[in-house]
Amino acid sequence: MPLLVVENLETRFPTRAGDVPAVNGVSFTIEQGETLALVGESGSGKSVTALSILGLIAPPGHIAAGQILYDGKNLREMSKEELRAIRGSEIAMIFQDPMTSLNPVFTIGEQIAEAVRLHTGLPRAQAWTKAVESLESVAIPDPGRRAKQYPHEMSGGMRQRVMIAMALSCEPKLLIADEPTTALDVTIQAQILELINRLRIERNLGVLLITHDLGVVAETCDRAAVMYAGKIVENAPVTRLFAEPSHPYTRGLLASVPRVGRNDTRLATIEGMVPKLTNLPPGCAFAPRCPEAEAKCREGVIQLVTLDKPTNHVVRCVRRPSKE
Amino acid sequence: MNFVGKIGLFIVALLVLVAVIGPLFIPEIRVTAQNLDFSFEPPSFAHPMGLDENGRDVLARVIYGARLSLIVGITVVAVSGAVGIAIGMVAGYYGGWIDRIVSGFIFNVFLAFPGILLAIATVAFLGPSLSNLILALCAIGWVGYARLMRAQVLKVREYDFVTAARALGANDFRIIVRHILPNAIQPLIVQASLGMAGAIMAEASLSFLGLGVPPPTPSWGAMLNDARTYFASGWHLTLFPGVMIALAVLGFNLVGDGLREWLDPKQKAR
Repeated sequence: MPLLVVENLETRFPTRAGDVPAVNGVSFTIEQGETLALVGESGSGKSVTALSILGLIAPPGHIAAGQILYDGKNLREMSKEELRAIRGSEIAMIFQDPMTSLNPVFTIGEQIAEAVRLHTGLPRAQAWTKAVESLESVAIPDPGRRAKQYPHEMSGGMRQRVMIAMALSCEPKLLIADEPTTALDVTIQAQILELINRLRIERNLGVLLITHDLGVVAETCDRAAVMYAGKIVENAPVTRLFAEPSHPYTRGLLASVPRVGRNDTRLATIEGMVPKLTNLPPGCAFAPRCPEAEAKCREGVIQLVTLDKPTNHVVRCVRRPSKE
Repeated sequence: MNFVGKIGLFIVALLVLVAVIGPLFIPEIRVTAQNLDFSFEPPSFAHPMGLDENGRDVLARVIYGARLSLIVGITVVAVSGAVGIAIGMVAGYYGGWIDRIVSGFIFNVFLAFPGILLAIATVAFLGPSLSNLILALCAIGWVGYARLMRAQVLKVREYDFVTAARALGANDFRIIVRHILPNAIQPLIVQASLGMAGAIMAEASLSFLGLGVPPPTPSWGAMLNDARTYFASGWHLTLFPGVMIALAVLGFNLVGDGLREWLDPKQKAR
């Protein structure tokens, strides 16, 4: 059984300008020990997808349709309390900006110990020991002393390690990482990704990695799902996605990544802007910007088609005939 | 804390010292003991602040008056602060229709009243006594804290560490107590300090109008009121309680200003 199955997830935010379908029929699965990347530009619905899984969408936003099956249990049918018990102990999440993700008024040891006590009910002293251990597991030197420090006494990379330590302190099976390296500089990025990867292997974690950085995807992920305007437009194993990108948007993204050793005078770009979610064009949302668009792209609902059954490579483009 | 804030702290410390230690040296009986043969006696070595129209020792009354002022100040700030923080927290955290009723309606209704008039009306209705005075001042005082708290909570609840705590499975209570309150409380500490000054001033004003603690309990405001009639014959009767009111209010205001600067996160050097 897959660790996480998301099926036709639809998350909407009512606004004055109309209902915004931030996530519009998203489906994917994550196996134990697998890393799935959710790739897309700002506003494509990546983070909202992640928050929807944990039931953390702030009202008036709400999940309008779909299923979220964790370990076979439907998270959408759970009570508030049941869902709260799942957060942290089964599914944990880390955030983009480690500078603001820690409470400035408590030491990091206290914060991790608090998370531990929340789910295990261990006495204070034992929770503290556990906190120090989890700091050690994310390779923070001198964890005993570090645990007594406040967040402002640490660098960004250190704080992101602390966030990971806290997220994993209750041994969840699924880690959602929302752009965990975006706020860090490049050398630290590599260290953090390596750390997440090591912990994934050690603990057989499922990881949902949200990013807009295709370099990160290539380095760390097994599969990648590309999102555009609230929909997944392509989902494939990473090697396949990079070798045979099948959606024009994926190709556009890949072309716009600078490469060492390639003598481009100009970086390729995708013309135009992401459409307003309140005013999506009929047919394919990418059609107005797509260099290959035809008349049939601008009508009806475009379905996902399977390009390759064994690898489950799917693409949302009418111009790719399904090869069964 | 800056220099002015330290001066304020010094004044406040002195005031607290007088209120706490003073009564140990001056027995309570001297507050009410009359000696009509010596009424209006100016300050002397035996009576550093002189005697009043009934021949009572002004120093003793000023010291016990300090005690009353502080009791009123602390109780009013504690009660209205606690009530205000709780209401502001609920309104800011839960938002929605609760917030619309509390901040959109109740706050505005209370803010529409001139505070001191509402207090006068309350005391006039319930009758003058220490507890009614405190009740009246709390009734007008809590809105300031609630409004400030609500605004703070609206800001702090959007911080990433609150979302992070929620993602780790923390419940509302824990998020409020551990994550929001400690990060929202700073401006309320300043407000509380200014509130002490305000409460002491309000107590003095109400007592001056005869709506405070009934005599013979000594209150600076009431002493001023009594002295008003004898302004020509006993200058010391107005001077000392007047100076005490001014000093106490000044002290707490300076502390408030000092705290405001000291707690400012932009001010890195501590």
